[in-house]
Amino acid sequence: MLVIASAAEPVGAQEAGHVKVSKGTVQIERGGQKVPAIVGATVQSGDVVTTGSDGSVGITFLDNSLLSAGPNSVLAIDRFAFDTTTHQGAFESSLQKGTLAVVSGKLAKASPDAMKVKTPAAVLGVRGTEFLVRTGDGKE
Amino acid sequence: MTRAVSLRRLAGLASLGLLLLAGCAKPARDDLYVLLPGQDGHSSGAVTVESGGKQAILGQPYEAARVKEPGRVEPGTVTPEQVQQAFGPALAAQPPRPVSFVLYFLENRDELTPESKPTLTRVIEEIARLPAPEIVVIGHTDRVGTVARNDALSLQRAGRMRDELVKAGVDPAKIRVEGRGEREPLVPTPDEVAEPRNRRVEINVR
Repeated sequence: MLVIASAAEPVGAQEAGHVKVSKGTVQIERGGQKVPAIVGATVQSGDVVTTGSDGSVGITFLDNSLLSAGPNSVLAIDRFAFDTTTHQGAFESSLQKGTLAVVSGKLAKASPDAMKVKTPAAVLGVRGTEFLVRTGDGKE
Repeated sequence: MTRAVSLRRLAGLASLGLLLLAGCAKPARDDLYVLLPGQDGHSSGAVTVESGGKQAILGQPYEAARVKEPGRVEPGTVTPEQVQQAFGPALAAQPPRPVSFVLYFLENRDELTPESKPTLTRVIEEIARLPAPEIVVIGHTDRVGTVARNDALSLQRAGRMRDELVKAGVDPAKIRVEGRGEREPLVPTPDEVAEPRNRRVEINVR
């Protein structure tokens, strides 16, 4: 289904974000090829970003999500889709190893199930602030 | 009988061995999940951690969950120092936060109000400080005039701001320009009402 959807989209629609910070060895794996993740490089849906023992990387996504990984990390951008008008879409990534800092963006704000981060042991759901409200006169 | 007893004894020894193994062996994983405070220092929302059918909800700053093996989610808290120790390089690599500016315009024109001119300088300073900046310029109008005229005016205002940024040295390829006309007022009004707060351009920088 993902393949059909992306095939129907114009070229460039796979763009998910851009590298803003890159230190040490950082690479993007795309379709079997490895390219250095320099500042300004495009990150696409399906990319795997890896950092070496001296590496760290910061990526800003189209919905303003910020993901940054520390050394010895493997971060897969499994799926990114973002409608800039409605803010609907999906953002799924997996950290196979290493460390990751996340600031969620417009996708997670618009719908609580839109953003997920996986690890080999767990699935994280990213929610906007949740709270409960009760109103009434207290005579119940 | 004897056979059953020795089997049981064997089973007992085997489980003792397993216990010893479990005691010596390192845990299968050393996963740590932490909710950070938001920019204002308060709770930034919530994160659910699900592993092997078990779930923990992190709702307070520095609330944490450790997962030593799938299905074993241990809730707890960490200190800011522990966060720095475990996540320092990842946190240091965070991109700058996206920033949004609003600039206001004179009625029916693409001229900035005198009050908004310093804001344009701040936009240019912010862009200069960013690595690989991306800029989105979105023009708006109030509801005086036709929809078609306001679509054109909103684009004209946004285009004027783009020209100012390019003049200041910003790469035009990094600027996207949009006009939303009178469709997205900051302050909703009836048609044909002049509202200075709606005559604006939003500049999003990241």
